Amino acid sequence: MENFAPLLQYLISGLTNGAIYALIALGFGIIYNATTIINFAQGEMVMLGALCAISIYHVAPSLPLAFAGAVVLVTCVGLVFERLALRPVKDPTPIALIIITVGGAVLIKGVAMLIWGKEAYALPPFSGNDPIHLGPATILPQNLWVLGITAISVLALEAFFRLTLVGKAMRACAYNTRAARLVGIAAGRMVQLSFGLSAALGAGAGILIAPLTLGVYDMGTMLGLKGFSAAIIGGLGSLAGGVLGGLVLGVAEALATGFISSGYRDAVAFLLLLLVLFLRPQGLVGGRK
Amino acid sequence: MLKIKNLSAYYGSVRALSGVTMHVREGEIVTLIGANSAGKTTLLNAICGLVRKDGDLAFAGQSLMGLAPEVIVGLGLSQVPEGRQLFAPMTVAENLELGAYRRYRKESKAAINADLERVFQLFPRLKDRLAQQAGTMSGGEQQMLAIGRALMARPRLLLLDEPSLGLAPIVVEDILARLSQLRAEGVTILLVEQNARVALKVADRAYVLETGRIILSGAAADLLQDRQVTRAYLGRDYKEFTEGR
Ligand SMILES: Nc1ncnc2c1ncn2[C@@H]1O[C@H](COP(=O)(O)OP(=O)(O)OP(=O)(O)O)[C@@H](O)[C@H]1O
Ligand SMILES: [Mg+2]
Repeated sequence: MENFAPLLQYLISGLTNGAIYALIALGFGIIYNATTIINFAQGEMVMLGALCAISIYHVAPSLPLAFAGAVVLVTCVGLVFERLALRPVKDPTPIALIIITVGGAVLIKGVAMLIWGKEAYALPPFSGNDPIHLGPATILPQNLWVLGITAISVLALEAFFRLTLVGKAMRACAYNTRAARLVGIAAGRMVQLSFGLSAALGAGAGILIAPLTLGVYDMGTMLGLKGFSAAIIGGLGSLAGGVLGGLVLGVAEALATGFISSGYRDAVAFLLLLLVLFLRPQGLVGGRK
Repeated sequence: MLKIKNLSAYYGSVRALSGVTMHVREGEIVTLIGANSAGKTTLLNAICGLVRKDGDLAFAGQSLMGLAPEVIVGLGLSQVPEGRQLFAPMTVAENLELGAYRRYRKESKAAINADLERVFQLFPRLKDRLAQQAGTMSGGEQQMLAIGRALMARPRLLLLDEPSLGLAPIVVEDILARLSQLRAEGVTILLVEQNARVALKVADRAYVLETGRIILSGAAADLLQDRQVTRAYLGRDYKEFTEGR
């Protein structure tokens, strides 16, 4: 029983972080499905989401406004990034495009440092800071916000891909681009849409986590790598895989931090990543190779 | 209806079609036969805007040069690609729905559903399998779905790339009979085949393609009698049998 309280506590914080990783992982997966590239600028969208929300809140202290405004802004950044940095490439081999996304990440981070400097900023939690007691453990309202909004986003995404014509067209493009073009789907549009959607998910992740960790210009790099690891662990390109990968990674990190030492936290992601790559390269859920 | 003049197509700097000239009239079934790698698929993909090309290409009086594939479909020209190319993990219903992708914005749901019924009349088996994953169906059913998906775009000209590939003769017969039925309903058809015997039986006219050039054309019935056509589609050297004439 003594061990149960900390365990529950670790689980709560692990699932919260895991939900954030999942949102980022889904962004990686959506762009991968549309283009077969890894967008290494994905983490920067998380950072931009957090910092834009903080700045909007500073000017007009309304959280819904800050949330919506930041998501819209960052979605535009994602769309512009695809339009200006990726689409004009003459010979768009995957490796060339991936290198461009790495460059884009460095650029976006640099610009963010110019705008916001190197300080960390706080965003108030969405509904106060009074812990809720859950048996022997406590949970912050912000944890619930993270889990709830992630769950809603995942369900909405699933509905989008399963039920809407555009969502089905995006899936069709991922399965067979040539056939998709032959039935009249503009593949370029679907790629652009995937960048917009991924940027929105990243921004959402950043805004959700800002009240827990503060927002700072270089927060995107590590979160991006964690999201990428989660995507690979779960199965790149699979929605269920992204969610599962994120949660598994978050919980594993929290357990390692709690029971061993916080120094091992970041190593866990890479240990899990290697383990999956060796034992089950298609990921836990088995996305695409 | 379809006019192709001096059309060449390229993969990078490699030329896969050289100066192809041919036409398809409204209401015809025209077949294009040729051996492996003669350039049949390349020609269909050039028509549909998937391959770089030069020359002249017009459909119903409108030039197709420089148009994107998704625009060309909208003009009433659909391709049933080689190897079916279904959206394999998606259901039969979803594949058919995506076939009509460009129509949802402009047309009523009723018009699209009417075409769905038309496809079910042509291939009743699809109706029983709406919820099945396309990739898990038999080869013949997949070919039916591929044709059904192309028909959902309501084409005036249907291009088919080797629909008989890998199918039992009886299934091939059935599918080709459906093509005649479609023609009776007003769809013009350009049928690419390696299986010349079968194709010439349903077609009105035929072209023979060899290493990127049209080497022979004429009424299907005439070519069917022509022993040399059998050779041509087997990929023998053209000279070998023209010199014997
Ligand atoms: N994507 C490509 N890149 C480069 N060359 C290609 C490509 N596709 C086809 N080719 C070449 O173009 C030529 C014509 O190929 P095509 O696929 O049009 O032949 P085909 O008549 O359809 O043959 P099959 O009966 O085998 O389908 C071949 O020499 C082939 O190697
Ligand atoms: Mg071919």
